[in-house]
Amino acid sequence: MGILIYGIINSIVFALIAMGFALVYGISRLPNFAHGAFYILAGFLTYTFLFGLGLNSPASIILSLIIIAGIGATVYRFLLIRIRGMEASEIIASLAIGFAIMEGLRFAGFRGKTYTLPVFLEGTVRIAGVPVDFQRLIIIGVGVVLIVVLWLFTHHTKVGLALRAMAQDEGAALMLGIDTDFAALIALASGSVLAGLAAIVILPLGNITVETGYDILINAIAVCIIGGLGSWVGAVLASFILGFAQMLTVYIVGAQWQMVVALMAIILILIARPSGLLARQKELEERV
Amino acid sequence: MLTQVGPRERRKERLDRGLKVRTEGIYALSSGKEALYLLAPRLTLILGLLVLPLLMPNLYWQRVICIMGVFALLSLAFDFLANYVGLICLGGALFMGVGGYIAGILNSLFGMPLVVTIPAATVTGAVFSTVLLSPCFPLRGIYFAIVTLMYPLAASRIIEALDIFGGTEGMAGLDTLPNIWFASYSIIPVLLVSLFALRRLVTEDIGLVLRGLKDNDQAAKASGISITRYKAYSTFIASAIGCFSGAYLAHLYGWAGISLFALDFSILPIAASVIGGMGTLVGPVLGAFILIPLTELLRELGTLRIVLYSLLLAGFIVFKPEGLMTYAQRKYHQFEHWVEV
Amino acid sequence: MAEEVLLQVRNATKSFGGVRAVVDVSLSLSEGEILGIIGPNGSGKTTLVNLITGFVKPDSGEVLFRGKRITGLQPHKIANLGITRTFQIMRPYHSLSAFKNLIVPLYSPRVHQTTGGKLGDRDAVAIDILEEIGFERDAYVPYKIASSLPLGYLKRLEVARCIAMRPEIIICDEIFSGLSMAEIATMVPLLEKLQMQGTTIMMIEHRLRELFRLVNRVIVMNFGEKLAEGIPEEVMEKPDVREAYLGTEVDNVRD
Repeated sequence: MGILIYGIINSIVFALIAMGFALVYGISRLPNFAHGAFYILAGFLTYTFLFGLGLNSPASIILSLIIIAGIGATVYRFLLIRIRGMEASEIIASLAIGFAIMEGLRFAGFRGKTYTLPVFLEGTVRIAGVPVDFQRLIIIGVGVVLIVVLWLFTHHTKVGLALRAMAQDEGAALMLGIDTDFAALIALASGSVLAGLAAIVILPLGNITVETGYDILINAIAVCIIGGLGSWVGAVLASFILGFAQMLTVYIVGAQWQMVVALMAIILILIARPSGLLARQKELEERV
Repeated sequence: MLTQVGPRERRKERLDRGLKVRTEGIYALSSGKEALYLLAPRLTLILGLLVLPLLMPNLYWQRVICIMGVFALLSLAFDFLANYVGLICLGGALFMGVGGYIAGILNSLFGMPLVVTIPAATVTGAVFSTVLLSPCFPLRGIYFAIVTLMYPLAASRIIEALDIFGGTEGMAGLDTLPNIWFASYSIIPVLLVSLFALRRLVTEDIGLVLRGLKDNDQAAKASGISITRYKAYSTFIASAIGCFSGAYLAHLYGWAGISLFALDFSILPIAASVIGGMGTLVGPVLGAFILIPLTELLRELGTLRIVLYSLLLAGFIVFKPEGLMTYAQRKYHQFEHWVEV
Repeated sequence: MAEEVLLQVRNATKSFGGVRAVVDVSLSLSEGEILGIIGPNGSGKTTLVNLITGFVKPDSGEVLFRGKRITGLQPHKIANLGITRTFQIMRPYHSLSAFKNLIVPLYSPRVHQTTGGKLGDRDAVAIDILEEIGFERDAYVPYKIASSLPLGYLKRLEVARCIAMRPEIIICDEIFSGLSMAEIATMVPLLEKLQMQGTTIMMIEHRLRELFRLVNRVIVMNFGEKLAEGIPEEVMEKPDVREAYLGTEVDNVRD
């Protein structure tokens, strides 16, 4: 029973982490390899606001989300926009930016000491006999709400549908008068905010370290690849698969195998079934 | 009756220098000047590299030259695979790690001397890496890039989790290269030979097949070329270069550990290639020779050097993807002048 | 003289998702003939070519070459057996010059085998092939980078790449489309010469007038099915064929 509940929690964690990456790719086909960097950056920003500047909780959170959205937008507007469409360059450039951010944070002194964000609410609750702390409940709450909201937005609102159309065929979208560059800008800003939100909600469970940033990127990619790049349902499904798989592995074999699960998942899925489990777009089948 | 079409415009036009046209293709060299035009850059490169270790003021900088050689080889391998075969391998660290660990295992567990371990690691490492990467060959560009990025990350965590080959501590106490002169003058010739061999390879017919494969793999299939086989050949060559570097580095420091799989070894070669000039083979080598000293100068500042080359990479790939070498070649071979339209 | 049946397609079927691209199509190609495949856009002609040449695997059915099953073989293996094709969407090696484009097929195992390894200088062979196909050597056209060549040359380059393979069969996928009458006029004698030399040709075309002058017989496809088969005049008389086309092209045939 404990496994079930913690498995669900872990899965929602994965979903939260992957959401930002999936959104950006789903709308603008841009693989944002700086996703992990934004996650960690939001965490450190919130920490600085809370403890460095002494702001209160809500203010710190909102401020760092605004800043991270701004950073995402700026990165897009001045850098990534110029290489849109060139997939290899997009990956390399965003990876380099992410690398720079994360190692820059390491340089700026965020090492050695342990940094952590405080939990929102102290206390635990027993669900079906299993102790679950409030923070984890908040994670589930936030996660589920976001999943539902994003699903409704992209499938049932005009704007959302337009954005999805844009992802599938940018040329057609342009002809319909959709400003794809602006949409991509919004996408990247939103993706950054989602990364930040995930960070703020999840980081209180542990410490803020730069290594986490790399792990987050790997986890996000794993979810999106398993689910199939561009498939929302797939991403949710993949979160659960990965969430439980990782939980069980750590439980049975040991914590050091934690990241290996995600990494091997990426490698094996790409080898065996590259479009993912539920790929809508058969991207790998070229028309001859 | 003549009519003015509009305001006269000026436009820049680039033309090959006469010297280049005369020395290219099927024309025979007919003067010392032409011969010099062709040879000068190559000779400068060869002599410059050979003389470099002698110019270094102290042991520290001589070591830096050796490190430069390692990264130059990795950059060469990346450029070859990415721009002549179309395989964008974001995980060059895989080759470093495989080469380093094989050398380390052969040396510490089997007691083989480094003159045996390094060549052995180069060849077996290349075979092993090619086999590991072969299931990924059918993948399209972006997916191949992602999966290759993951390989070294997975390798380091698996070694850590299984706690084999020394786990997180790695294997220490390996034989080290006898002295700094041996170290410098073993890697620089290897670098020069690899560079010129690859340049020769890509101009031969087989190089054309590889470039055709990169341009249009469907057409290559219709031309009877087995894509998988040629990708395997190319990967073997590139991974041999990478594994050599890994084995060399292991014996330079006398230590092999999971840090050989670090992102550093994957990303810096990419930075060197982009900045140096992708597709020129010599550009990445020069890129490494620029970046490594630059990052060494900043070594006291810790990871700031990583920030530096990452930002340079991002900057170049966005703003000036042609890189320095392509720019230099353009200036050398062509001249520009304004033309009225 | 009985001609050998070189290529046989038996009940080939292929669907993509819900789209039935090729439905139970059978045909046979005899050695030395020129066979035309015609039909409106989307009738499955290119998919049929993909099935024959291994770029797509059929859901059911077989492809036989000289009696041996080649269904589902990889494209490069089928090419090395001597079955070559052009691409409807042009696929030159864009960063290489025209003659270097031919080096790639000249490097294939098939060429190596059929010449006993004694091909000689590939560059010279490549330039000769291009010259025969109309790339003016004096104007240095063979040396131009492929991406800079106009359409007429690119189409011919595609055919040249097939010729370089020393093929038994050349499958041309709409090589006349987009060409002027003069350009087509240079290609027709080339195809006739290839046929005289013993190469079998299958042509997918929309330019019916030019096609009918070349081919021995045609197959008409519509909605993935084989509609009719026979000599051009007879086939075009059939009401369902004319209905499938419903266009001026049908009128053009009747001079």
